[in-house]
Amino acid sequence: MAAVTDVLLPTSPDEAVSAFGDGTGVTVVGGGTIVMPEISAGRLRPSRTLLLARAGLAGVKREGGKVTIGATAPLEALVDLPSPVGPCAANVGDIEIRSRATLGGNLCAGEGHGAPRGDLQGALLAVGAQVHSAGSGGETTEPLEDFLAHRRERLVLDVSYDEPAAGAFVALDRPHTHEYTVLAVSAARLADGSVRLAATGAGSWGVRLPAAEAAVADPHEAGEAATQDVTPNDDALASAWYRLQVLPVLVRRALTQLEENA
Amino acid sequence: MRLTVNGRAHEIESAPLTPLLAVLREELTITSPKAGCQQGGCGACTVLVDGKPVRSCLVPVAAVNGAEVTTLEGLGTPERLAPVQAAFHDQYGSQCGFCTPGVLMATHALLERTPKPSRDEIEEALAGHVCRCTGYVKILASVEAAANNGSVS
Repeated sequence: MAAVTDVLLPTSPDEAVSAFGDGTGVTVVGGGTIVMPEISAGRLRPSRTLLLARAGLAGVKREGGKVTIGATAPLEALVDLPSPVGPCAANVGDIEIRSRATLGGNLCAGEGHGAPRGDLQGALLAVGAQVHSAGSGGETTEPLEDFLAHRRERLVLDVSYDEPAAGAFVALDRPHTHEYTVLAVSAARLADGSVRLAATGAGSWGVRLPAAEAAVADPHEAGEAATQDVTPNDDALASAWYRLQVLPVLVRRALTQLEENA
Repeated sequence: MRLTVNGRAHEIESAPLTPLLAVLREELTITSPKAGCQQGGCGACTVLVDGKPVRSCLVPVAAVNGAEVTTLEGLGTPERLAPVQAAFHDQYGSQCGFCTPGVLMATHALLERTPKPSRDEIEEALAGHVCRCTGYVKILASVEAAANNGSVS
């Protein structure tokens, strides 16, 4: 741990944004659950580290049908939110991991060693979340789908979404509380009646399931269609083949649960 | 940087990204938090930071500058065991002892927030704590005993 490193500890969102700059060469640490094992094992030797622990980005606000979650809100602070976001957050790690792991880290997580990361990506895609971030070109607010494409270059500030009329979350049981999610499907019925579906674990990061969404009138058909929406990986937790077998089942269950929660 | 550990204030000289676990064990020679997996997956390094259980291997010390840290050494003494320690002692909840400090800190925190936890709540609270000796029957009985003034249902 003797490596010389520049450590920045901003005490306000503005300070965090200016410390991040355009993000070049900056390693961002939210709760540390992803970065610290890399540092401890010597795989990562950051030259410039931005610790967000005191940056004042941990708020969770739920009012007027709108939810706003700060970048460093711990996942444990989200577990009581309505489905799919709350149950999805509750399905991550154990209480001590959830108390440290942050929303921002979850959205910006790399692909991981042999398993997909970023559980909340699926749930937040389903509810149509908007990501407010900083970086090169200044602050932007954009749909999560767009954010995920360049997530490693941005500093998440907060995420917001309109509460859906109904939500659902179904996941394969994890073999152990510390395992990453093998496969999960989130569903949301928005205020306009449209249904959005997204999966975690069906690729390197969370993906929407547009072909399945187009077929939601028939859950069986929607389940089969979902397999066209994803390119799952073989990894330590499951094979791509297995994930493609299970995905239609989870989509059907999610749509059934969505009806029950309506 | 400063930390208050088990009621005693310390100036910290470790580098800012040093895991809290390494600060406790190597700089302050407080060795009840164990360095197991060092990636947040075993629970053996669990301590309380401002009263909340955390994996000390995942926390860069700079992120908790000024915090109050409680380790197992701060719960009780050999002459005067804390209730969770007494219950684990009475119920044979510890075998080799490596996971025990983390389990005790998590149990202490559980009973602070939920004084009479159900079996499910106990299992949920300890789900991240890996014991390689005994299995979990004695551990769960010990937690139940700690919640019931020493008796097991």
